[in-house]
Formats: sequence, C-alpha cells, structure tokens
Amino acid sequence: MDYSVKIGGEAGQGIQTVGGLLAEVAGTAGYHVFAHQDYESRVRGGHNFYQLRISTGRATSSREKVDIVVGLDKASLGLHKPELTERGIFILDAESLKMTGEAEGDPGLVHVPFERLAVEKGGSPIMANVVAVGAVMGMLGMDLSPLLDLLGARFRKKGEQVVRGNIDAARAGYDYAREKCPQCSFAPEKPVGPPKLVIDGVTAVGLGAVASGCKFYAAYPMTPSTGVLNTMAAHAKEYGIVVEQAEDEIAALQLALGASFGGVRAMTGSSGGGFALMAEGLALAGMTETPVVITIGMRPGPATGLPTRTEQGDLLFVMHAGHGEFPRVIFAPGTPEQAVLLTNKAFDLAEKYQIPAFVLFDQYLGDSQWTYEKMNTDTLVYTDYRVRGEEFRKLAQYKRHALTESGVSPLAVPGDAPHVVVTDSDEHDEEGHIIEDGGLRRKMVEKRVFRKWAHIAEEMKGPEPYGSEDPELLLAGWGSSCGVLREAVDALNARGTRAAMLCFTEIFPLPSGDWLDRLKAARRTVCVEMNATAQFSRYITMETGFTFNEIIKRYDGRPFSVGYVLGALDAGH
Amino acid sequence: MPDIKDYKGQTPAWCPGCGNFGILRSLKRALVELGLEPHQVLVVSGIGQSGKTPHYMQCNTFNGLHGRTLPVATAARLANHEMVVIAEAGDGDCYGEGGNHFLHAMRRNPNITLLVHDNQIYGLTKGQASPTTAEGTVTKTQPFGVPSEQLNPVALAVAMDAGLVARSFVGDMEHLTEMMKAAIAHKGFALLDIFQPCVTFNKVNTYDWYRKRVKPVGEDYDPEDRLNAFETALIWGEEIPVGVLYRNPGRPAMEERFPVLAGTPLVKQPFDLETGRRAIDSLAL
Ligand SMILES: Cc1ncc(C[n+]2csc(CCOP(=O)(O)OP(=O)(O)O)c2C)c(N)n1
Ligand code: SF4
Repeated sequence: MDYSVKIGGEAGQGIQTVGGLLAEVAGTAGYHVFAHQDYESRVRGGHNFYQLRISTGRATSSREKVDIVVGLDKASLGLHKPELTERGIFILDAESLKMTGEAEGDPGLVHVPFERLAVEKGGSPIMANVVAVGAVMGMLGMDLSPLLDLLGARFRKKGEQVVRGNIDAARAGYDYAREKCPQCSFAPEKPVGPPKLVIDGVTAVGLGAVASGCKFYAAYPMTPSTGVLNTMAAHAKEYGIVVEQAEDEIAALQLALGASFGGVRAMTGSSGGGFALMAEGLALAGMTETPVVITIGMRPGPATGLPTRTEQGDLLFVMHAGHGEFPRVIFAPGTPEQAVLLTNKAFDLAEKYQIPAFVLFDQYLGDSQWTYEKMNTDTLVYTDYRVRGEEFRKLAQYKRHALTESGVSPLAVPGDAPHVVVTDSDEHDEEGHIIEDGGLRRKMVEKRVFRKWAHIAEEMKGPEPYGSEDPELLLAGWGSSCGVLREAVDALNARGTRAAMLCFTEIFPLPSGDWLDRLKAARRTVCVEMNATAQFSRYITMETGFTFNEIIKRYDGRPFSVGYVLGALDAGH
Repeated sequence: MPDIKDYKGQTPAWCPGCGNFGILRSLKRALVELGLEPHQVLVVSGIGQSGKTPHYMQCNTFNGLHGRTLPVATAARLANHEMVVIAEAGDGDCYGEGGNHFLHAMRRNPNITLLVHDNQIYGLTKGQASPTTAEGTVTKTQPFGVPSEQLNPVALAVAMDAGLVARSFVGDMEHLTEMMKAAIAHKGFALLDIFQPCVTFNKVNTYDWYRKRVKPVGEDYDPEDRLNAFETALIWGEEIPVGVLYRNPGRPAMEERFPVLAGTPLVKQPFDLETGRRAIDSLAL
C-alpha cells in the first residue's frame, strides 16, 4: 500500500494542522510516512500545500500523483485536481467554499461539510480541521482509533468537553466520508511494524545538538532554520541549555564563540543570508581555534531570494566563507536520522580539532517528515576533549596554542586552574599572545592548517553505494536529494536499467574511498543537484579532476521528485 | 592574596604618554584590591589600541574582533557565571562597529563590566573620527569637519536603564581605580566610559583639556535618581561630570533569568552519552 494525500489551501487555514495530524496518526498506526511542504513567504493567504505519503514500505520522497486532495481553498481545485491518480478523490467543503455547483455530478469530487459537521457534532468551527482528518481516514479506510487516542492525549489539559468535541468531530468526518463516498475504494493494508516516530529535518538537527551535549544555542530567526531555534528552546530546561535570540547573526556566532571559549559546547544556526553576516566570525573561530557548530538551512538566494523554498545553493559559499585560510568540516544530511548523527559528528569533530563544523540542510529536508521505528543511537558519540578541573590544575604549565605534533593544542576551560587561557584574533604565540614575527606565523599556519587538516580528512566517510553493483548509469548527489535518488534508482532498475547512486553526506574535506573508482568505471555518470551552477559537481572536479557526463539541475525553488529526475534522464540532458 | 606582580604581562606597544597606560595600571590595581587572581578574571577585548590591553597583563583573554567584544563577553559569562568578565573596547569599537551589541548588552544586563577606552578618535587606524569625536572636528578623513552629531554614551546608557553608568579620566588614577572597582562589583551590566587621551592623533581632547573640565559628582549626588542622572549625563562643555552617574540596583542580571543557571554554572553541568541517547529515545514513542 502506498497512498499520497495532498492538503492545499491558503496560509493560515490549517494545512499544517491537517497534514501534521495525518502524518502523526499514520506513523502511530505503524505506517511509514514521508511528507513535504510547499509554502509561500506570507502568514495568511496565498496558496500552500502539504503532501504526505502513507505507505507500508519505506518512503523517502514525494510522488507526482496523489490519491486524495483535501482542498481548503478555491484555488486548490484548479491546481491540484489534475494531479490526482485515475481513481483519485478530491475532497472539499463545497458549502463553506460556496462551490456547491462544482461538486455536483463529478464522481471524483466529494463534498464533506467540514465546518457544518464541526459545529453540529464537535461544537465549534475550529474543529473543521479534525473533521477533515477524519474524512481522509474514512476514505482511505484506515482505522480511526489512533486518531481518537491522539486527540484524547492532545486535548486532555483543555478538559473533557474539548476532548469529546474533537473526538465527535473526527468521527463525524470519518462516517460522513464512508457513507457519502461509496466509490472510494482505497483498500488499506494493515501497517507493518510498531508505531513510528514522525520527525522533520529541522527538529532532527536540533535533537542531534541536544544529544551531543550542546549547552548554548544563539540564533537570529530566519526561515528555514528557525525550527532549530525552537527545538533547542523546547529542550532547554530539561537538558540544561541556554538559548538566546541574538540581536543579529553577527552576534549569534560571537555569542556561540564566547560560550565555547567559556567551556561549553555551542552552536548557532541560520540560513545563507544570515550566514553571510557571520563570515568574519567564522574566520575568528578558525584563528582562535574555538570549536563551534553552525547549521545552515539553505534556501534560494542571492540576498533573500525565495525565502520559503528550497535550493542547494550555498555549498561553495560555506566552503569558502571567511577571510584567510583555516580548516572546517561540512556535513549535509539526507534524512532526519542522518541529521541527528551528522550533527553529533559535527560536535565531535568541532571539539576534537577545535574548528568550525557545518551542518548544511535545505528547506526541503528541514520541513520534510520521515518516520522511524527508533532512531539509530549506536553511532552517537560523546567525548569531552577539553582540559578541565583536576586535569587542568595538575598541569605544570599551560599554553593554549602549543605547537604540537598533531596540530591540536590543549583546549582548557578558563577559571578551572591557576593557569590562564589566552587567545587572539591576531596571530599569536603558543601562549596566545599577539605577535608580528614571520617565523612564528609560519609555524602557527602549519599547525592550524596543514597538520590538523591531514587528520580531519581521515575522519570523513565516503558515500555508501546503493543499487546495481555494476551500474551502467551512476547518479551522484548530496544532502537532501538522497531520498529521491534512491527511489529513482529503484525505478530505473525495475525497468531494466542497471543503475546505482552515490549520495554524499560528508562533504568537506572530500572523503577518500572507492567512490571515485566507481565513478570512473560507470558508463554514464550524472550529478543531480538543486542549483544553477552545479556547485557539487564543480567541487568534485576541482578536487579530483573527474567530470560528470551530465548534470541534472533544478533551480526553481521546488524540490526534485523521482519523476523529474527520470524525465531529465530520459531527455538525455 | 594576589599581588600586582601577578598581573605582569608583555611590554605595551602603545605610544609613550598614551592614556591607555593609565587604564592598564588602574585595572591591575582594581583587580588586586578586589582580591581577584588572574585566572579568576576573563578580559574580552576587540580591535584597536584598547583591544591589546589584556596582552599587557596576565589573565584569561579572548581578544576577538573589532566591535564584537560584548557578545563574546556576554556568552562567556553565561557559560560560567562564577567568572569575573570584563569587556574592553575602544570608542570606535564599541559605539561604532559594535553599536548594536552595545544597545542589546544594556537590554540583556549580563553581569559584565564594559570599559570603554574613549579617546574620541580612532587610534589604531590613525586618526579618523569616532562616534564620540565632536561635530565639526577636522581630520584627514573628515576634511570639512565631522558632519554628524557626537554620540553621548552615558546619556544613551541612562536612557537604556543600564545597570551602572560611570565615567572617569586616566588623569586621576585614584578615581579611575575606584570606578573600576564599583563597576566590577556591580551585579549586572556596568558601563565605565574612560577619557583616555590619544597623544598622537587627538590634538583637541588632551590631558589638559580633560583636566580642566572633569568634575567628580559630589558626595550628595544620588545616582539612583534617573531623571537627575539623565540631566547630569547631558552636561558637556566647560564642565564634564565624572563618577557613578547612574545606578539601577533593582534590575536582575541576565543570568538570573535563565532557570538552567540557577544553580551550578553551565560549564560544570555534566553530560554523558547516556543523556544523549535518552534525549533521542524520549522522542521515540
Ligand atoms: C571589521 C573591521 N573593520 C575595520 C577594522 C580596522 N580597525 C582596526 S582598529 C579600528 C578603530 C580603532 O578605533 P577605536 O575603536 O576608537 O580604538 P583605539 O585604537 O582608539 O583604541 C579600525 C577601524 C577592523 N579591524 N575590522
Ligand atoms: S595612537 Fe593614540 S591611542 Fe594609540 S597608542 Fe598612540 S596615543 Fe595611544
């Protein structure tokens, strides 16, 4: 079973409420869910949608065609009816949309009076969203009880009457749909496996930080990274985290650096536009060797571009941002689970090597929801690399920037011992004091840039190949498009093309491994990325000399879909 | 007990006669008189002649970027609220490049002390106007005279209800040391704006110029009277009041606003892999 449902409507109409509830209920029931969101940069009005897939198998991307559309506004009919499958159903509340004419005589169009049922059965028009959720479940023939349980839990605090009202509203929508739509012949299979957790990319990045011992998060709100700020704030009390909304992104990074120097793990997050303001602070982190994690939610630029849409447009910027030369690492998770684990790895490497570490995601991954039975916590690491307390007190002497074999100097926590911890944005000696000496400058550069770098590169893992062992077509991509590429590879193999993919999530420095040999061995290599200038492909060429045969690019702010990738491949780009 | 020798650092690279020497000496004295050891103190500084100060003494030091002293100092204090945190900045550094951070530090009220080396000129970049340079002053960069109004940092700070607002002059080290001690002892954000003659580039605001004008507020001055403090902060000319101009002892410090900082400093709060796993599993159903 694999059904797709789309909820379309104006901002502020509760698209997210309906979609989010459906996703959660399906996950709780044990189905796999994949959901993605498309919205405009406005708080009310416009046209947005939320699309989810409810499946008994693993789902990692959205489908082009949908089985059910819930149209909450008039525009939905024109926009989304053509997207229905042959037997698809469009549900709308024709009464309140004053579209009763349209709803007559079309078997693909089912009128459910969300608002009237909400008032009559639930007791309040605000329960119309719950009626809609019930109606979708009814049409799909799903078991209603997970929704009733969820509503009970969610509204418990608001009292018996609100719980009752919501439950009655959900049931009314469900019954109405079942009764009025005999032509709805969706046959649900029983879900496989236990209840699943539904999580989006932004929450996963925040959760990864919490699980890595992040104690300080400062940021200035900017879509699509704001969710990380919210996640950190939601967990601040339980996990002992100071979360501060900075006056600007310049301050956000400086605050994170101050906290890190003070001895705690710190992070900041923004989008490309906000990160542009952090460039100077990034170089400061590099020079003072202060660990920091920076997460960036990419959206189309330049400047503020398409604020709520998606693009992988900041890779080379992040790679090269900051004046002068210093090491950094960049990760680009492709799933929420990878977002957790790579954020964890970013914290580990940032502190181990005293460098800035990036977690790059984009709006598509940030707002997409995936289901997991259980998050993988086996590879989670936590090592406190700082010299503190007794260990620090026992040192005979201490030099913050001591020239060491490995390039990594001891990072001590100020205040813990009679030694002082000194660092400087200007070039400094081993103790951290300002210098002008050319010879010492050279040694410091060699320590920071070369010696450390060699070790950092060894930490990076190459992509796990997926698909045919002997591919004639090899797709490469990075970050958020991994899920789409995986399904594209499955589709290609199903129709007889030996295809495989290499999806990079550990980006910079470029990992070693056999992936380059695989690329060289394949007959047709295609790099798939969501930007206009093929940044990742250029990066691979720059580092290895390898060039892809073809590049599939998308830069209209909309995410890739399996159909888009297959279509581009067929067109022979 | 700490001794002034414990604070001995590198030899300063300032011009002979620079006002910064007086700030350096007074700061060491103030810290010793407060009984603080070098490792109990963190001095965060920016870029400019002022920014070099912590290198010329002994203490924990984060010498960061031009204008960015305050956010670093604020967060370092949040990370470890047992540490005495002092931010040192120039007038260009703090009121120019870092103006936004200055406003927001006053809003946040972290328990840090801000010492502004106010020489009313850019020293390190050789004599351009700073936000506190008088309107009309001619410099190489402003040959027709500074076209903008002079910023009044103390009046601004009183308007922002900063925790403590004080002013002093390096020509009176006794007064300066006392002001530093008061600022460091204050719970919450304390601004100490310090007249520090730049003998090389500022030919107007010289030692003599300041000496003729500065006048400590009297014994009977009430720094907790905000309206009076504002009026006093506006006085500028033949007479310039120095001392603690304003104090609001009632404002809670920033760190008191975070429930997680109520007990142990953040830096001493434990974390382990099990807690990390729990954070993830608690989200799983
Ligand atoms: C972002 C940035 N812009 C400009 C500079 C150059 N710069 C260094 S010091 C300085 C001004 C110094 O004046 P002030 O802050 O008043 O300090 P003083 O040297 O007088 O103590 C400037 C503009 C810089 N280092 N960084
Ligand atoms: S240029 Fe001015 S502020 Fe700088 S050291 Fe010389 S006298 Fe002092």
